[in-house]
Amino acid sequence: MKGNEALAEAAIRAGADAYFGYPITPQSEVIEYLMANKPEDRTGMVVLQAESEIAAINMVYGAAGCGKKAMTSSSSPGMSLKQEGISYIAGAELPCLLVNVVRGGPGLGTIQPSQSDYFQSVKGGGHGDYKLIVLAPATVQESVDYVKLGFELAFKYRNPVMIQSDGIIGQMMEKVELFEQMPRVEPNYEWATLGKKTDQPATFITSLQLQAEEQEKVNHRLQAKYREIEKNEVMFEKINCDDAEYLFTAFGSCARITRKAMEMARAKGIKVGLLRPQTLYPFPVDEFNKLADQVKGILCVEMNAGQMVEDVRLSVNGKTRVEHFGRYGGMIPNPDEILNALEQKIIGG
Amino acid sequence: MSENLIKPENLVYQKTEALTDRVMHYCPGCGHGTAHRILAEVIQEMGIMDQTIGVAPVGCSVLAYYYFNVDMQEAAHGRAPAVATGIKRVFPEKFVFTYQGDGDLAAIGTAETIHAINRGENILIVFVNNGIYGMTGGQMAPTTLVGMKSSTSPFGRDTKTMGSPLKITELIAQLPGAYFVTRQAVHKPGNVRKAKKAIRKALEYQKLDKGTCFVEIVSNCPSNWKMTPVQSNKWMEENMFPYYPLGDIKVPEDN
Ligand SMILES: Cc1ncc(C[n+]2csc(CCOP(=O)(O)OP(=O)(O)O)c2C)c(N)n1
Repeated sequence: MKGNEALAEAAIRAGADAYFGYPITPQSEVIEYLMANKPEDRTGMVVLQAESEIAAINMVYGAAGCGKKAMTSSSSPGMSLKQEGISYIAGAELPCLLVNVVRGGPGLGTIQPSQSDYFQSVKGGGHGDYKLIVLAPATVQESVDYVKLGFELAFKYRNPVMIQSDGIIGQMMEKVELFEQMPRVEPNYEWATLGKKTDQPATFITSLQLQAEEQEKVNHRLQAKYREIEKNEVMFEKINCDDAEYLFTAFGSCARITRKAMEMARAKGIKVGLLRPQTLYPFPVDEFNKLADQVKGILCVEMNAGQMVEDVRLSVNGKTRVEHFGRYGGMIPNPDEILNALEQKIIGG
Repeated sequence: MSENLIKPENLVYQKTEALTDRVMHYCPGCGHGTAHRILAEVIQEMGIMDQTIGVAPVGCSVLAYYYFNVDMQEAAHGRAPAVATGIKRVFPEKFVFTYQGDGDLAAIGTAETIHAINRGENILIVFVNNGIYGMTGGQMAPTTLVGMKSSTSPFGRDTKTMGSPLKITELIAQLPGAYFVTRQAVHKPGNVRKAKKAIRKALEYQKLDKGTCFVEIVSNCPSNWKMTPVQSNKWMEENMFPYYPLGDIKVPEDN
């Protein structure tokens, strides 16, 4: 199945209640697939094409505030428009699933794949101190699995979760195993607006505190939640790291290309491993820190001008050399140039 | 306590349960309190307090969730119709209303307003038009009258550079999704009664799944108009009503 379509099918099967979106390449297949496959008939899931990404994310806010499993998807320029709403959702502590099929920027940029929204996704994106849980699939299979996982984490922490993929994963066809249809569940959360219960005070959803003391309390609560997420939810894949003298790191589709470069390096006798973060937030800080004691250098390969590399550097805190290699603006690196960069910047550098 | 003192047959006015006991922060003489009150009364009288979800976006009424004794969501500035869409689509059987100011509804949220109504979202939009940005201290609104002074039109609204006051209500009445569109006021008892009736009608239509109902309330802003409450009501009658005439703008054909 095509990545975007598989993700859409996974949303139906995960028992999502509502999808709100606005078309943009390279992710329009998500809403097209949903419209064509009549989830309303299959599960009762609502699908609506909004008038803009701003409207779509606010529809998500409304549905999520009712305790429903709501989601939206977009690509970079549309994701920028959603940031206001995402900040409100994070502030009001509502669960939802966001999908960004990243394309090259800045501006209207290009419709080709990119990873240049790492900062936007991982460091907040909108205003205020908040975090999204960010999942980075490298395969169509992971895009599917992360839809289910994403909703689970969103409700576990009452926090927005983002699947950050890119034009490659969204557009490519791969074999995929779909999970069985899960039932939609009637929400019964005390925080959700379900209609006031006669013997209880009314519920309200808000991200507003007029008193700074109260707003600081909200921020303390959010930060405590983020520490909990950092403790429990880090995910990564390690390949050939046991005997590694050097380390590649990359996420998403770029990690697959980097893996090829790793195999080529191994064939040449260079002992290099690959650490692939599957969660970009929470970041595998401890794992990098451990490997930093073992390896002589880390090359961070990204389809951007150097974003995740900052988190790698912070994680190893100067213990080992960390360099970046990137292609950007919609260009995809090839394994030869990645291997070359390892030899030049890390081994020879 | 009043229940004990006054015999039921003599009772003419009673506290509504659909408002909480919290003291409202609205300025003296402001129409928001009355508009809240009649909406709450209708919700109680229809017996739908447990089935109503309200949305109040940013503006003077941002804290409406403290006052309405029903479940509420606070929305970003201008986004209430989109938030209400999200709620209504997942809870079609609930009663959903938005309560929006003119800056919210007719400037930053114009797109959300028009498109929610164009889809015929089965919600009630209460639109409080005071011709000014109340909450942020009296800046020009899309509905500010020609020549009217505000902190961002200190020499009066000049149509050449600032455009004309937007009759958003007439505009949205054109949309097929709009079922019932009316303009009311709450500054006199007669008007309060009419406005309440209009809200009641709107929520009855919602029960019948008729589409968007839109109740504009032309109101005052004594603080930012820099007038006493009495002066502001007089000014509203003399200046706002001629431009924003009261009455029904679109009534259901099948009625
Ligand atoms: C995105 C954004 N822009 C600006 C503001 C600041 N702001 C808050 S309320 C408001 C205007 C409110 O005026 P109106 O909608 O007419 O309601 P009123 O306060 O008069 O009842 C503005 C500009 C904001 N909160 N969010």
